[in-house]
Amino acid sequence: MASQIIFILLTLCGVGLFTYNLRKVIRNIKIGKAENRNDQPAKRLTTMLKVAFGQTKMAARPIPFLLHLVVYLGFVIINLEVLEIMIDGIFGTHRIFNGLGGLYNFLIGSFEFLAIGVWLACAIFLVRRNIIKLKRFSGVEMKSWPKSDANYILITEILLMSAFLIMNAADAKLQALGASHYVSAGAFPVSSLLQGILPNDISTLVTIERACWWFHIVGIFAFLNYLPYSKHFHIMFAFPNTYFSNLNPKGKFTNMASVTNEVKAMLDPSFVPEETAPGKFGAKDVNDLTWVNLMNAYTCTECGRCTSVCPANITGKLLSPRKIMMDTRDRMEEVGKNIDKHGADHNDGKSLLDDYITREEIWACTSCNACVEACPINIDPLAIIVDLRRYAVMEESVAPASINGMLGNVENNGAPWKYSPADRLNWAEQD
Amino acid sequence: MEFKVPTMAELMAMGEEPEILFWVGCAGSYDERAQKITRDICKILHHVGIKYAVLGTEESCTGDPAKRAGNEFLFQMQAMTNIEVLNGYNIKKIVTGCPHCFNTIKNEYPGLGGNYDVIHHSQLIQDLINEGKLKAEGGESFKGKKITFHDPCYLGRANDVYEAPRKALEVLDAQLVEMKRCKNNGLCCGAGGAQMFKEPEKGKKDVNIERIEEALELQPQVIASGCPFCMTMLSDGVKLKDKEQEVKVLDIAEITVRANGL
Repeated sequence: MASQIIFILLTLCGVGLFTYNLRKVIRNIKIGKAENRNDQPAKRLTTMLKVAFGQTKMAARPIPFLLHLVVYLGFVIINLEVLEIMIDGIFGTHRIFNGLGGLYNFLIGSFEFLAIGVWLACAIFLVRRNIIKLKRFSGVEMKSWPKSDANYILITEILLMSAFLIMNAADAKLQALGASHYVSAGAFPVSSLLQGILPNDISTLVTIERACWWFHIVGIFAFLNYLPYSKHFHIMFAFPNTYFSNLNPKGKFTNMASVTNEVKAMLDPSFVPEETAPGKFGAKDVNDLTWVNLMNAYTCTECGRCTSVCPANITGKLLSPRKIMMDTRDRMEEVGKNIDKHGADHNDGKSLLDDYITREEIWACTSCNACVEACPINIDPLAIIVDLRRYAVMEESVAPASINGMLGNVENNGAPWKYSPADRLNWAEQD
Repeated sequence: MEFKVPTMAELMAMGEEPEILFWVGCAGSYDERAQKITRDICKILHHVGIKYAVLGTEESCTGDPAKRAGNEFLFQMQAMTNIEVLNGYNIKKIVTGCPHCFNTIKNEYPGLGGNYDVIHHSQLIQDLINEGKLKAEGGESFKGKKITFHDPCYLGRANDVYEAPRKALEVLDAQLVEMKRCKNNGLCCGAGGAQMFKEPEKGKKDVNIERIEEALELQPQVIASGCPFCMTMLSDGVKLKDKEQEVKVLDIAEITVRANGL
């Protein structure tokens, strides 16, 4: 009875704390400006099913695709088991679903194969990151916390899978020994191999089985509450992020409505613009970005596919699209903490541009969309880069001198170079 | 040129309307190398007998480099002025000689009141080949030559046009080879996002060198593209690698004109 109460309290704490932190994350995302992404629901749903559920964009790199697929399937399918753990935990039952008979054996057996698959995949992931040291996982932004974060996640998953398999091995052994409470249920194709290393004494086996059971469920709640601090948040955000992703051709940049009003007023003095709230042009800080940009930042799992295909990064420039997303999230977290401590209007004198992302980074971008194409969950670093440029150019008039020269030429000559508009058709006179 | 390139103003004076407007673009108008491509696009239009016209001195920058550089004001000023001209001439269909103009007019003008059916010149060539109006005969033979196509970002990834330029190459009976980074994984030439008009940031190498090294690995005789900015970057790369004798950088339109002896 005591253990049931502890279990229920633990569940309430685990879920409660997560809800509390998730609400803060959602509040942070809502710091961003409005943007309508509720059009074309059918197309959005298909995109989510294909890209997030179906992982279609992962297939571009077959090895990580397969390894990730195992972990993904393991995560989704083994979590069916969590349902049983929850019911057993609350009602003090043991393997409540064993009434399913053959189906139950099939399920438990499949879980075991998946569990060892996840275990191996995570081990290979650790090797890729720490021993082979794949270039994709390095970079200025991948020092300290982001580096440990990835390793913590992989180690935790290995520990959870180990606990799951040892629990099953002990359970099977208890079943064979006819221990009370341990009903005969399940098939254990993988964990049966571990039975040899376990003792034969019933009370020790019960301790091991219970310890693993508790470790597994406590581990899951701990992992859940780790998500808001981790790059691993993508396991949740991948779904809304793909649903709300940009459905337009990638080359189509937004036309700023606030600018349209002013330009129309300039070209046509009789034009009366609609009342719009005064705001700045472009983005200096996270609250100037849209909620989609900010959700993108929480969704990023720092895999580095974007950076590995970025022409600027490949050729040694400072720009790294992954860093753009990580900086945006870090700054958003900082702004969120400021709100918690000092209220919504607090100004800490810092901003995303300059304190996190430098001018050199934003001006190195070729707007080629390789990063957007490469992201397996449709994150758009380019949208943020362009909004930062807009702020620099339109609010501050600060840009590289040659850019200012080009802009001057467009304005005065209708071409980015210093040629006379009168010469525009000269090409037709030559051979 | 052996024929006169008609302008919209002239056609209008005669009370006529063209089937299609050829949007030349700034590079196509002023850049010496790109001017040749512009003339070749006209030769194709003239050859197949499509009634076309250019805006001539009434054309102005689409605003693309201003927009990518963050100057939305200047972009919209340019866009609205151009839209006024285009709508004034009742333009319905546009072919562009530049993927940047193509992208901007096709995607960003509709929101500002400019709605046209916009195609890139590689799509025009593809259509003409499909209709049987354009072949690859009567001119230079590309048979068996090794050709690789560099996907311009604003044609490929930005607008998912990958097959049209390849169609123009397939009819040549040449040996088409793809770079490892092609189609949606294509590597930028380094000129997009207003980079064309500025010095690159500090780094290990220039983007066009990275790209040209990849292309040269295939040992092609021709590197094909469909963008005047890519043309500049790739030609510069070939020049820097001292491979001008072995490798030609050609636009899809130039290849088509040569193959047909226009």
